[in-house]
Amino acid sequence: MVRFTAVGLRYPSPDGQEGPEALADLTFTLPEGSFTWLLGASGAGKSSLLRLMHLALLPTRGELEVLGVRVNAARRGALPALRRRIGVVFQDFRLLPYLSAFDNVALPLRLAGRSEASLRPDVTEMLRWVGLQGKELSLPQQLSGGEQQRIAIARAVVTRPALLVADEPTGNLDSHQARRLLALLAQMNRLGTTVVVATHSEDLVEQFPAQALLLEDGRVVHHG
Amino acid sequence: MAERRTRYARDPLGLKRALSDRLLPGLVAAMALLAALALAGSRGAAALKDRWQQGAAAAVTVQLPPEQAARMDDALSLLRAMPGVAAAEAVDSARMRELLRPWLGEVPALPLPSVLELRLENLSIDPAPIGRQLAEAVPGAELEAHGIWVARLAALARSVQGVALAVLALVVGVAVAVVAVATRAGLASRRQAIEILHDLGATQGDIAGRFARRIGLLAAGGALAGAALAVPTLGAMASLAAPLSGGVVQPWSALPWLDLLLLPPVAGAIGWATAQFSVRRWLKRLP
Ligand SMILES: Nc1ncnc2c1ncn2[C@@H]1O[C@H](COP(=O)(O)OP(=O)(O)OP(=O)(O)O)[C@@H](O)[C@H]1O
Ligand SMILES: [Mg+2]
Repeated sequence: MVRFTAVGLRYPSPDGQEGPEALADLTFTLPEGSFTWLLGASGAGKSSLLRLMHLALLPTRGELEVLGVRVNAARRGALPALRRRIGVVFQDFRLLPYLSAFDNVALPLRLAGRSEASLRPDVTEMLRWVGLQGKELSLPQQLSGGEQQRIAIARAVVTRPALLVADEPTGNLDSHQARRLLALLAQMNRLGTTVVVATHSEDLVEQFPAQALLLEDGRVVHHG
Repeated sequence: MAERRTRYARDPLGLKRALSDRLLPGLVAAMALLAALALAGSRGAAALKDRWQQGAAAAVTVQLPPEQAARMDDALSLLRAMPGVAAAEAVDSARMRELLRPWLGEVPALPLPSVLELRLENLSIDPAPIGRQLAEAVPGAELEAHGIWVARLAALARSVQGVALAVLALVVGVAVAVVAVATRAGLASRRQAIEILHDLGATQGDIAGRFARRIGLLAAGGALAGAALAVPTLGAMASLAAPLSGGVVQPWSALPWLDLLLLPPVAGAIGWATAQFSVRRWLKRLP
């Protein structure tokens, strides 16, 4: 479950002063096991909201609860374990450039302390699922944008997270691959994962009707 | 392929390239060499100081010829009254024999000169006028002041030891600064990777530990090279210094082996701790 209560987020401006609020007065709840589309124009604050959800940023005001943990009140030392229960597809992928496709996907499992022998089948299967079998040893710069995006997706879901946060996960995919990805997300959601997907693609939303959260200028203007 | 995988698995931050195995170990090797020289200098000065301090126990001695032996008490009271003299004592004949046995063997029949020991108030007093005044009162009295020189050398050795320890402290300080700078450079070049690992749920301890292990290893390796370079240098110096400290010339056993052996682990520990501190401080900016 994810619960926002009067959450605001302010990025620091370059001169060290406080900037304007990128997000303001966000109050909503995403129930456990729900699927939510996050919609809004470019610059509306979708990525910022997702950064709060996967704890890359902390709210500058308000209360945030993620997977049963009240983030504001939590010890700093408790956050890494919480982050490892969240899968993230970043808008800009954020792959490690000097790690192979295999090692990029294996990274969250290794951070969780999984043994090399036990993580190998999971990583290989995940790479096959996103259609990258045979590219295990390629470095990100040797892959196309869509292939990089699929590595980012594989890395996000390989740990079977309790919360999956995807920021424009189909931006570089063709329509066939986008449908495949959607099927993957839907299946994970059926198995109990809470899924939040930010997208500009109306096609995608039409294919999988679910509740939507519409952002405008950093505020929620529609939820349902 | 499997080998490549495990290599990457151990180094997700790409630290093998970010913290190169050239610059940091080279700098640490130079500093370890300096530290070894300073340590050896301090140990050597300490040994010379101890030896010379014993020798300087009788700073100044006065000899009366046998025919003047009866005037011992006159000489004592004269000396005690002189300015600059802290104490004057007769050396009894049993101790004389003890002192002379290495030179003369057991010769009880030999007429021994009467000897007095003086202690001056401080090392800067010139003993020559005291000797002249005494010789006027007791003809034939001779003053021997080499002990003063020995005492002055001991004081010099003491200050050499102090300087060596100060150099050592300075080297440790510079080593900490060099490691901190290298760590910051590594952090700057791997900033994005660190942020990604952090967002994927890596703990501070995990990230700092990766830096600290790499830097500790590089520092220990550098110090090992520096200590190895110090061995021939110190060997040559030890064989020059051996006669001064009264030892037999045994350059290899005279080296401070324990200090040299401790250099790599100590440098490794300094590198590890400095990197831990720098990285954890840097990570405070991330939530
Ligand atoms: N790192 C940052 N520092 C300062 N301001 C930022 C930062 N990231 C985003 N912003 C600001 O926050 C607002 C929302 O940005 P955000 O990236 O969340 O939008 P978005 O809805 O994801 O847009 P897009 O659809 O183009 O990805 C923007 O006005 C942007 O200028
Ligand atoms: Mg965005």
